[in-house]
Amino acid sequence: MSPREWFDLIWVFTVFVLAIFVGLEVIAKVPQTLHTPLMSATNAIHGVILVGGLLILAKAEGVAMLIIGVAAVFFGTMNVVGGFVVTDRMLEMFRGKKRSRTE
Amino acid sequence: MNEPTITEAFVRFGYLIAAVCFVMALKLMNSPITARKGNWVSIAGMVIALIVTIPLFMTGAWRPADDATFNRNLILMGATVALGTAIGFVSGRRIQMTAMPQMVALLNGLGGGAVALVSTFEFLEAVHMGTAQPPLQGITTILSAIIGSISFSGSMIAFAKLQELLPGRPLGFKGIQFFNLALVFVAVGIALALLVFHASIAPSMLSPLFFMLIAAALILGVTGVLPIGGADMPVVISLLNSFTGLAAGLAGFVLSNNALLIGGGLVGASGLILTLLMCTAMNRSLANVLFGAVGGTVASSGNSAYAGKQAKAYSPDDVAILLSNANNVVIVPGYGMAVAQAQHQVKEMAGKLTAMGIDVKYAVHPVAGRMPGHMNVLLAEADVPYDQLYELEQINPLFPETDVVLVIGANDVVNPAARYDKSSPIYGMPILDVDKARTVVVSKRSMNPGFAGVDNELFLYDNTVMAFGSAKDTVAKISAALDNY
Repeated sequence: MSPREWFDLIWVFTVFVLAIFVGLEVIAKVPQTLHTPLMSATNAIHGVILVGGLLILAKAEGVAMLIIGVAAVFFGTMNVVGGFVVTDRMLEMFRGKKRSRTE
Repeated sequence: MNEPTITEAFVRFGYLIAAVCFVMALKLMNSPITARKGNWVSIAGMVIALIVTIPLFMTGAWRPADDATFNRNLILMGATVALGTAIGFVSGRRIQMTAMPQMVALLNGLGGGAVALVSTFEFLEAVHMGTAQPPLQGITTILSAIIGSISFSGSMIAFAKLQELLPGRPLGFKGIQFFNLALVFVAVGIALALLVFHASIAPSMLSPLFFMLIAAALILGVTGVLPIGGADMPVVISLLNSFTGLAAGLAGFVLSNNALLIGGGLVGASGLILTLLMCTAMNRSLANVLFGAVGGTVASSGNSAYAGKQAKAYSPDDVAILLSNANNVVIVPGYGMAVAQAQHQVKEMAGKLTAMGIDVKYAVHPVAGRMPGHMNVLLAEADVPYDQLYELEQINPLFPETDVVLVIGANDVVNPAARYDKSSPIYGMPILDVDKARTVVVSKRSMNPGFAGVDNELFLYDNTVMAFGSAKDTVAKISAALDNY
C-alpha cells in the first residue's frame, strides 16, 4: 500500500474509533422509561446504511446486482422511515408531562 | 485511490453535520422531556446525510459509464425509496402500541439485511472485476456481511417469537450451543480462506464460498436466538440492534463513507451500553441471557407445597366490594393489560377509587410489558398521572401496608419463585413483592404460565384471589360494579 493509502486508512479508523467512544459516552444515565424509545431511536439511526444502498444501486450493472441494490435500498428505507415513525409515536407520550413527585 | 474532488469534500462536510445531529439526538434522548426533540434532530441528520449523498453518486467513481444504465438505476432508486417510505410510514403509524417491540425487531432485521446486501454487492463486484479488495476492505466486507446476516435472521426469529408465530419458550435441540460453536468455526474458516488464500482460490469458487459464509451466518442467527426465552427478547433485540450498527459502521470502511462509519459506530456502541443496562435491570448477565437455557427445555418448577391446590376465583362484583373497603390499592399492570388495550378502563376504575377516597398507586416493573419502559409508554398513552407511577424500589417497601393489590395481566414479574427457587429460569430477577400485601387480586385470562413459561405459585397463595377473563372485560365490570358501593 502507498503512503497515501495508509494515510486514508488511519483517518477512517480515527473516525470510527472516535464514533464508538462517543457512542459509549452519550448513553449513560438513561431512565428506564426511555430504554425502549432509545433502542428504537438508535435502530432508526443505523438505517443510515441506506446511504450505502443508494451508492451501490446507482452503480449497479446486470440483473443480479440490480436486485441486490434495490433490495438494499428498500430494506434501508423501511428501516429509516419505520424507525423514526415508531420512535416518534413512543416519545409523543412524554410530551409536556413532567415527572414530579411531591413526597 | 483517486484524488478527491471538491464534490467529495462537500459531501464529507454534509456527513459531519449529520454526525453532529446524531450525537446531539442521542444526548437529548437521555431525558424524557427532550427526547422527542432528539428524534427530530436525528431525522434532520438522516435527511442531510441522504441529500448530500446524491451529488456523490451523480459524479465520479459511483456513476456507471453508460448513461442509459445510470438513468434506469436512478428511476428504480426513486421508485424503491418511495415504496419503502410509504410502507414504512403507514406500518409505523398503524402498528399497535403493544406490538412495538416486534416492530423494532423487524425494522432492525431489515437494517441488518441491508448491510449484508451492500457488503455482498461489493464482494461480488470485486470478484466480477477480477480484482482483490485491499486488505482492510476485504476484512470489513466479510465482517459486515457476517454480522449483518446474523442480525437479519436473528431479528426475524425474535420478531416471530414476540408476534407469537413461534412459541415464546426456549426452543432447540440438545447440543445446540455446540452446533453454534461449530458454525462459528465454519464461518471463520471460510472467512480466513477468502482473505488469506484469496489469490490461490479459483475465481469461480470465490462467490460460492462467500454465499456459504452468508448461509452459515444466517443459520447462526436462527439457532442463536431460538434457545432464548421470549421474555429475554428485548435484550436480544437490543444486542442485535447494536450488531446492525456495528455492521453498518464496518460497511463504512468498505465504501469509505463517513456517514456509515459514524452513524454505525455510534449505534454499535450505544446499543451495547443499552443492552447492558437492560440486563442490569433484570439482574442478569448478558451471557446468562444468551446461553442460560442450554439444553432447550425449561421444566416447570415451583413449590410442591402448592401442588394440587385450587385457586380461588372471584367475580368482578366481589372484587369491587374488596376494593371499595380498602384504604389503599396498588395496581400492577402487565402485558395482559396491554394486549387487551385495557389501560383506559384501568384509568377509569382508578379514578373512581380515588374519588372514593382510596389511595391508588401503580407499580411498574422495569420489564413489565415486553420491553423495559414499555409499560410507562402505554400508561402515558392513557393519561395516567406520573405521580401515581412507582418503580420497583419505591413500591416494594410499601406492599406490607397495602390492603389490596390488583395484578392486571402480569405474571412473571410477580412470581415469588424468583426470590428463592434456584431452579427457576427467572430466579434472581427482581420482582414486585405483591404477595406481602393483605389481599392480591389477579386478573388473568387463565391459569396458563406467563411468557417465560413458568408456573406461578402466587395464584395459589391463601391471600390471592383470581378474577378470570380478559383484562378489559374484567376491569370494566369491576369499574361498573364500583358505582354501587
